[in-house]
Amino acid sequence: MQRFSGKGVYGAVAVGAAKVLRRQQTSVNRIHIDDPERELQRVKTAKEKATAQLIEIYKKALEEVGEDHAQIFEIHMMMLDDEDYTESIENIIKTQLVNAEYAVSVTSDEFSKMFRSMDDAYMQERSADVRDISNRLIACLSGADSNSLHADEKVIICADDLSPSETVTLDKSKVLAFVTAFGSSNSHTAILARSLNIPAVINAGEEFLNAVKEGDRLIVDGHTGELIIDPDEQTSDHYLEIQKRDEHRKALLGQLKGKPDITKDGREIKVYANIGGTDEIDAVLANDAGGIGLFRSEFLYLANDTSPTEEQQLAAYKKVLERMKDKKVIIRTLDIGADKQVDHLGLEKEDNPALGLRAIRLCLKRPEIFITQLRALYRASVYGKLGIMFPMITSVSEVEKCLAACEQAKKELKAEGIAYSEDVELGIMIETPAAAMISDRLAPMVDFFSVGTNDLTQYTLACDRQNAKLEEFVDTHHEAVLRLIEMSAQNAHKHGAWIGICGELAADTTLTEKFLAMGIDELSVSAPFVLVLRDTIRKTDLST
Amino acid sequence: MKSFSYTIKDELGIHARPAGNLAKLAKSWKGTSITIEKDGKSVDAAKLIMLMGLGVKCGDTVNVTVEGPDEDNAVKEVEGFMQANL
Repeated sequence: MQRFSGKGVYGAVAVGAAKVLRRQQTSVNRIHIDDPERELQRVKTAKEKATAQLIEIYKKALEEVGEDHAQIFEIHMMMLDDEDYTESIENIIKTQLVNAEYAVSVTSDEFSKMFRSMDDAYMQERSADVRDISNRLIACLSGADSNSLHADEKVIICADDLSPSETVTLDKSKVLAFVTAFGSSNSHTAILARSLNIPAVINAGEEFLNAVKEGDRLIVDGHTGELIIDPDEQTSDHYLEIQKRDEHRKALLGQLKGKPDITKDGREIKVYANIGGTDEIDAVLANDAGGIGLFRSEFLYLANDTSPTEEQQLAAYKKVLERMKDKKVIIRTLDIGADKQVDHLGLEKEDNPALGLRAIRLCLKRPEIFITQLRALYRASVYGKLGIMFPMITSVSEVEKCLAACEQAKKELKAEGIAYSEDVELGIMIETPAAAMISDRLAPMVDFFSVGTNDLTQYTLACDRQNAKLEEFVDTHHEAVLRLIEMSAQNAHKHGAWIGICGELAADTTLTEKFLAMGIDELSVSAPFVLVLRDTIRKTDLST
Repeated sequence: MKSFSYTIKDELGIHARPAGNLAKLAKSWKGTSITIEKDGKSVDAAKLIMLMGLGVKCGDTVNVTVEGPDEDNAVKEVEGFMQANL
């Protein structure tokens, strides 16, 4: 048994036999020619043939993965027809008097080098497109058929890399999973695997490809990116179990898609998803969540060396709102403290960051950060149904300051003639005992509460949640925490606000009935838990 | 000659898909030259590979210049395209 790991791009497990595809190095010889006109004519003919092939691939992709993903092949056709690309090939033939294959190969190297040297991962990946069209052109020139893959039974494809056209032309009824040694999550293989719902792991490394042999029994875990060659029985069983769970989830999806989340006795509750970045929207939609109950905005601040600009933030917020269409999206403002090292925020080291200058405290002390984020949020509000919530609230005056900051952001936008929506819901996190205790005072100020159970538990029980030694003292079902939630729910409803739970406790199905009885209006959990939770709700009967 | 500047709002910048559509649009205006300039480097918008090679990202400001017999209509279409897609 040997273990390797890469990056999982589609969360599902496959167990089966490996089929190893090593690309034969299509070495191209440099041959001196006497008749450049003849070579130019050969290029022209090969281009026509390659374009005809791409039209066929485009049609196949259109059927299998839809127009959005198929468009890459239309772009391939345009690249093939690009003036600079064609000119480069023709110039090399004319000035160096060399064969067409060689001219294409040199041009391919030059253009793919240009993309590889760009400082943007997405654009670097485009060098694969240049190589893909060039290899196709060379194959057409030399009369070789592009190598299609044949297999008699279902296999796991293991390759150094797969070009977009190879991925589409594969006979998918024979493919259990893809594993590539290289590639990135921006590669078309990754994008196509996701839209085809095929387990895939990329970037598994050269060592994996050297270790795996044709016909080896292989486990591919698209959730974690783990790869196991020749697994022992125990490991096999473990993964077959996960596979069963995935299938259960899929079956649930079939049953629950589009159905309301309502108990047997008719009490309705919303089930939303938590996300930490725009790359998780696919999972939210795939699990049929009713909205996004917590969008952590921290990733925008952690990803770069500088604070995200208003435009950068707007792009991310707009994307999530547009993709969720008319479903609610609740974005939490920056929730960061000294426990995270973010150089551009210049946070001083603290002895006790959990009780330190963090979250809303930091934002209120640094209005330039706060107002920039609020402006971006309000600008994005015209693209969907937005809610904004503020973390780590402990007092009435903090909420007053947050609301004033929102007014300031709106006033600025209005003065600049920039559109925003007036229907943005404003809410606060209930994650300190203080906020729960004065929830009767806070509720009239806002549209909603969202209970962050992880912090609420840590602050109520005085237990550091990072400290593994405290495990026996952290009772996540502690009555004190549950009473604080219930108290907040009663106060919210008394003042016309709604209340949700977005911490880990929301996914704990042993508490679902209790939360329903308290009158909780919304539960927000990470995407993989959405369907299981919805199933639990629909089986609950509060009248018995 | 007509020109305008535009700040990219799409999260991925001028990536493959909009670049392909922009190049297609630029090509459709035969006899009119449409150039995109970023940081002093300018490319013909009809040339897809160079357009992608410009590496225009979210937040970047580009200058678009349109020159030709039908520049008034062309500039309107290009500006509309960018506002809707980028």
